[in-house]
Amino acid sequence: MIKNITIGQYFPGDTIIHKLDPRIKIMIIFLFIVSLFFINSFYPYIFVLLFVASSILLSKVPVKFIFKGLKPIMFIIIITFLINLFMTRGEILFELGPLDITKEGVFHATFMALRLVFLVMGTSLLTLTTSPIALTDGIERLLNPFRKIGVPAHELAMMMTIALRFIPTLLEETDKIMKAQMARGADFESGNVLNRAKSLVPLLVPLFVSAFRRADDLAMAMEARCYRGGENRTRMKQLKLTVRDFVSLSIMIVLMIGILLFRFW
Amino acid sequence: MIMKISDLIHVYSPNSPFEVKALDGINIDIDKNEFIGLIGHTGSGKSTLIQHLNGLLKPTKGKIIIDGMDISSKEVKLKDIRKKVGLVFQYPEHQLFEETVYKDISFGPKNLGLSENEIEGRVEEAIEMVGLDYNEVKDRSPFELSGGQRRRVAIAGVLAMKPRILILDEPTAGLDPRGRDEILTQIEKLYQNNDMTIILVSHSMEDIAKLVNRLIVMHKGKVAMEGTPREVFKKVKELEEIGLAVPQITYFMKAFKSKVNDINDEILTVEEAKKEILRYLRSKEND
Amino acid sequence: MKDIMIQLDNVTFEYKNYEDENIAALKDVTLSVRKGEFLAVLGHNGSGKSTLAKLINALLLPTKGKVLVKGMDTLDEDKIWDVRQAAGMVFQNPDNQLVATIVEEDVAFGPENQGINPSEIRKRVDNALETVGMLDYINHAPHLLSGGQKQRVAIAGVLAMMPDCIILDEPTAMLDPSGRKEVMSTITRLNKEENKTIILITHYMDEAVQADRIVVMSEGEVALEGEPREVFSRVEDIIGLGLDVPQVTELAYKLRKEGINVPSNILTVEELVMSL
Repeated sequence: MIKNITIGQYFPGDTIIHKLDPRIKIMIIFLFIVSLFFINSFYPYIFVLLFVASSILLSKVPVKFIFKGLKPIMFIIIITFLINLFMTRGEILFELGPLDITKEGVFHATFMALRLVFLVMGTSLLTLTTSPIALTDGIERLLNPFRKIGVPAHELAMMMTIALRFIPTLLEETDKIMKAQMARGADFESGNVLNRAKSLVPLLVPLFVSAFRRADDLAMAMEARCYRGGENRTRMKQLKLTVRDFVSLSIMIVLMIGILLFRFW
Repeated sequence: MIMKISDLIHVYSPNSPFEVKALDGINIDIDKNEFIGLIGHTGSGKSTLIQHLNGLLKPTKGKIIIDGMDISSKEVKLKDIRKKVGLVFQYPEHQLFEETVYKDISFGPKNLGLSENEIEGRVEEAIEMVGLDYNEVKDRSPFELSGGQRRRVAIAGVLAMKPRILILDEPTAGLDPRGRDEILTQIEKLYQNNDMTIILVSHSMEDIAKLVNRLIVMHKGKVAMEGTPREVFKKVKELEEIGLAVPQITYFMKAFKSKVNDINDEILTVEEAKKEILRYLRSKEND
Repeated sequence: MKDIMIQLDNVTFEYKNYEDENIAALKDVTLSVRKGEFLAVLGHNGSGKSTLAKLINALLLPTKGKVLVKGMDTLDEDKIWDVRQAAGMVFQNPDNQLVATIVEEDVAFGPENQGINPSEIRKRVDNALETVGMLDYINHAPHLLSGGQKQRVAIAGVLAMMPDCIILDEPTAMLDPSGRKEVMSTITRLNKEENKTIILITHYMDEAVQADRIVVMSEGEVALEGEPREVFSRVEDIIGLGLDVPQVTELAYKLRKEGINVPSNILTVEELVMSL
């Protein structure tokens, strides 16, 4: 069912990974992604794999949840793989009609695909082990120092929270409106691109109308609950850095340094 | 017989951790021109069932025959099913999208590929069927109408497809008593003036008792009870066990019967109750 | 004056429609609500009952007249947050009033806005969720709850702000019968056990029957007022205003018209059985 979609889907738990400070987790993921882009040979991937695998094990998130996160971008991964496979020049392994498959191409393609896979696995693990609230909280607090230069940290975090809160609601609504229009003979599946785009109007207009109505209602409900921006606002949950936070960040930094050394040395 | 459902099973997200058996062996026969009330608490499988009836959901197992067509058969086009079965969802006014009432109601007939002339005739007819004035509303934006009117326009949008079976999922949800009575009166009129079979899903036992001629009670994906309202509402205990109730007036007559013997407690409406009590009181006076 | 929670003095509220005409949603309404009272406001759609609710919470400000909440004038800008803290509000659509993705975070939203300190918020959130019977759902996502449960979370969110008065604007209109029951029993419990003043806006007569007093609105004015028993004894007036009466009340009324001697102020099945 549409309710079970994984965007920002949190897999509740009580493990070390879950308990890490969201700020630290975001920083680790940031460094992790940066590191991925410095990798240009296979050996570092072994360490990356170890790092990711042990994190997944520690988090006790079933592996199939992680792979579920890969599904929606499988298409992109495959395309990336194929483009790299066919477009890279070098030593020809064999020919496939007009296309050449080169040794470099195979390397490159596997490489890019692996990079994407790890990237998605890492971020999936982040969103699976961090409640959206903690995540936005972490982002808000990481951005807070930049407030002085005009970064609207609180507003951004609030927008993310509301978006996360309403994505499932709007998806459900989309499903409902789609069915209602299909019951009136609407066809969302066939026809050329133009016709298909046109057939979306009966879906999108009601969806927008409803989104605006919801926004209106929500604004009023927030006002009634004394919301007046980020000023003087307190938080129920306080973030505190502990030893495990420093340890995990250090592990990531060591991994990153390793990767950099491998690349430039 | 206009509809025959046999051994219908529906499982959501099969072979996944979210697997849910929403329908578990449903057998229902519906005759032409019946007015059916479908009741059951939230999650009993009502909405899953009605979505099958016009092909929005496919049976996991089982068969649905509508007016001689097997709806899972490959030769049957969805369009033909949707021509036969009109489905009005909960809060149907939320699906309105066109600039004018006319355009919105013509959406269904247009999808059926009808001629401009035929469409115009159907839109006019549908607007009148829901008790609105064609010339007055056809060029207005649906968004500037009142809540009750918007809902009627949405229902007209389904009626314009000229279905032989009309299914309404809680058509009175969220309306105030006046709006509710207007809609119910319109539905009753539709039933009486047209050659139509109606299935009404409702949480209000009072409304159901007044309108339908057969009740189907769903519980945990199965048909728990079936029969005329009088037969079904006799089973107060069984209904309460599955989270349902009977109309207040029926409760009253039962309570009254426990005090006096000579009274018929199979009562569904206030009017019937009045007659029965008057009969009882007058017969006592004569003793 | 001391035990008055809310006072409306000759309140008129006007707004402009599409054609720029002034429409009065509320006309010269005077009304007071006592501390600890359970008041039901009945009326069909467009009768002005929702406007009334929003005026008390200072979401709308009167065009004429005055609204006082615990003696504070809603027109006084310095007091607006105190007014909203004192008179919390629950809305009709359970989906559109929950802000956060986790139940406890949503309940904490109000007190966080008020700048309460974290440990105190924690206490309030736990208490509020316990009061509405949702403590077991503390870490759930709101969109997976039933309508009745969402509405109870919304009530908890208001309770955590420690209001003296709670205004509920058709809180059950979008719920199924079991959801309605859950919410109504929560509301009556808040009134009886937590001593909260309750203003329940509704068009369901079976809910209004449970109140101490009913105000029936029509065309922006108070059309009827009194205890449920008095108000519902006026069957013709109520039906004329586009509302329902309980079926037994209707039956008693019809029997009286036939010359049967039954009291006119019947509200429940038992009462009618006894009187016959």
